[in-house]
Amino acid sequence: MSASLAIETKDLGRIYKLRGSKKETRKELVALQGVNLTVERGELFGLLGPNGAGKTTLIKVLTTLLSPTSGWARVAGADVHAEPDLVRPRINMVSGGESSGYGLLTVRENLWMFSQFYGVPSKEANERIEALLEMVGLKDRMNTKSSDLSTGLRQKMNIVRGFLTEPEVLFLDEPTLGLDVGAMRDVRKFILDWLKADKERTLLLTTHYMAEAEELCDRVAIINKGKVLACDKPSVLKQRLQKDALFEIQVSPLNGLTQQHLLDQPEVTKAAISETETGAKLSLSLVEESALARVINLFTQKDVKVMNLTKREPTLEDVFVDLVGRSMAEEEEHGQP
Amino acid sequence: MQTSTSWRSFRMAAWLGWVIESNWTDPFLFAVYSIVKPISGAAILVIMYGIISQGNYDSALFPYIYLGNAFYIYVGAVMTGVSWAVVDDREHYKTLKYMYIAPIYIPLYLLGRGVARFITGSIAVFITIAAGLLFLNVKINFAEVDWLLFFVTLFVGVVMLALLGLLLAGITLTVARHEGFIGEATAGALYIFSGAIFPLDVLPEWLRPVGYFMPTTYWLELLRRSLVGDVAQAFPTLANFSNMEILGVLLALSVFFGTVSIYVFRWCDARARELGLIDRTTNY
Ligand SMILES: Nc1ncnc2c1ncn2[C@@H]1O[C@H](COP(=O)(O)OP(=O)(O)OP(=O)(O)O)[C@@H](O)[C@H]1O
Ligand SMILES: [Mg+2]
Repeated sequence: MSASLAIETKDLGRIYKLRGSKKETRKELVALQGVNLTVERGELFGLLGPNGAGKTTLIKVLTTLLSPTSGWARVAGADVHAEPDLVRPRINMVSGGESSGYGLLTVRENLWMFSQFYGVPSKEANERIEALLEMVGLKDRMNTKSSDLSTGLRQKMNIVRGFLTEPEVLFLDEPTLGLDVGAMRDVRKFILDWLKADKERTLLLTTHYMAEAEELCDRVAIINKGKVLACDKPSVLKQRLQKDALFEIQVSPLNGLTQQHLLDQPEVTKAAISETETGAKLSLSLVEESALARVINLFTQKDVKVMNLTKREPTLEDVFVDLVGRSMAEEEEHGQP
Repeated sequence: MQTSTSWRSFRMAAWLGWVIESNWTDPFLFAVYSIVKPISGAAILVIMYGIISQGNYDSALFPYIYLGNAFYIYVGAVMTGVSWAVVDDREHYKTLKYMYIAPIYIPLYLLGRGVARFITGSIAVFITIAAGLLFLNVKINFAEVDWLLFFVTLFVGVVMLALLGLLLAGITLTVARHEGFIGEATAGALYIFSGAIFPLDVLPEWLRPVGYFMPTTYWLELLRRSLVGDVAQAFPTLANFSNMEILGVLLALSVFFGTVSIYVFRWCDARARELGLIDRTTNY
């Protein structure tokens, strides 16, 4: 193993034993399977996957909260299972979408207490707290009891808690979950600024917002059903699709046009139809741009009117569809075991 | 590094525990809880005793019962003070996982969280005894009190109870349901087996060994002896033992239970990590 790696996993697996209501229904659930990842120091690494993919489980293993059932993982050079005492001083973690913290304490007291557990000198801790709260726009609420904060503001406090101890490796589990658009933007900017300030800082975040992964991450691992399907720079992941031409077409009315009609055209490699109030939105993937003429021809035959047509660049969503065969939303609906 | 980590964990936890415990948004409620409740409990005991003994408050049995009951307040307070922190942090504040990944020493963090309950428990014990002396016929001859024995015993006992609390905290960690009752249930069971308000001799013979094995039995006996001397002979079970012998037994049992607690806690801690229970909430 190399000293420069922030995170390294080898054949990492985690199986949960599920206990049913009766003895006979004792089942096993494979939450992670053969995960091999390496994250360099200084990277912003993203885990992207639908609900139940295993993202939180992986974070729990990497933060020493959960033992793996196979393989191993090292964080900041130490084994998460065998040497948690070496890992813990160097990491921190924030989970979004939950409101944790001591409601009786003020925002400042909550944060100060955690900084003390990490041995940050009190004066320095107070300076950092003020600076970080300023950055997320929470400084004027510093002396408010945290129970009096809205959920979103409490989440911001929690995010500050993660950054406050200046961890070598920081884990953020869905940090922007449940935040409004403005707060989301603040948090994303904050993350990028924090990483820029020190090249050794490493951050791993999970998300199921494609745009977030694309906008923030140096590298992304796409994970589904406990397995890492692909792992690379977003641009490289998308390159594999670059040969296809992608179109979004707004039509009205649909006039009985089906996905099969579209796929019957030899140049159409993928087609999806989602109905809208006024008609339907079609997403098409064509072997080459010139094939569009044929599709338009089909519309004319069926008396389907084109309202809007855009060519678009591939996104990570397309990469996911390419790897799994359906979209993340569909996977979340149907993929449950 | 090691000692500073441990001290930091303990000190900050004690601070946090105190802020939570002393959050008397309603001072009236606090007064009811920490003063009226123990005193009325003691008063009920005194009235019952008065009826059963036909008002014989000079019997050695009376201070035996009164002091046993008063000091027993510590058992619930200290033990559950430590173990309840697991429930509190995991279920209510959702911070247990953040405590776990912090570079602190979790056992000392939990022990620190118990300090506040020790302080409020001490107030309740003091008030109960003072009320007994002033209003409820309890007599202590302060000239004859063995203060050294009293404070040594109190100290050993509180440490022993805190370590038992750690054992309960470990069990609480691995149990994801009904965890809140573990402390109360244990304190309730120990009440019967520690000679708190009746001598062990009252129990059926086959149950008595349980009481002999409990450090709380010797602890309560020594506290009574240090305060009221000979009156403690109302506890015939241990009449043949000297103070020093009982202190020896108390120390030996405390070391034994303390060691067991630490190992049980470690085992439970590892198990909780294996099962993924550290951030488990029950969502009733
Ligand atoms: N403590 C547990 N016991 C049993 N099964 C669990 C436990 N925690 C998670 N699982 C299961 O493991 C799988 C992975 O869950 P995980 O929480 O890691 O997914 P995720 O990618 O974080 O999903 P989400 O986007 O919904 O947060 C799921 O099928 C989940 O039901
Ligand atoms: Mg998750």
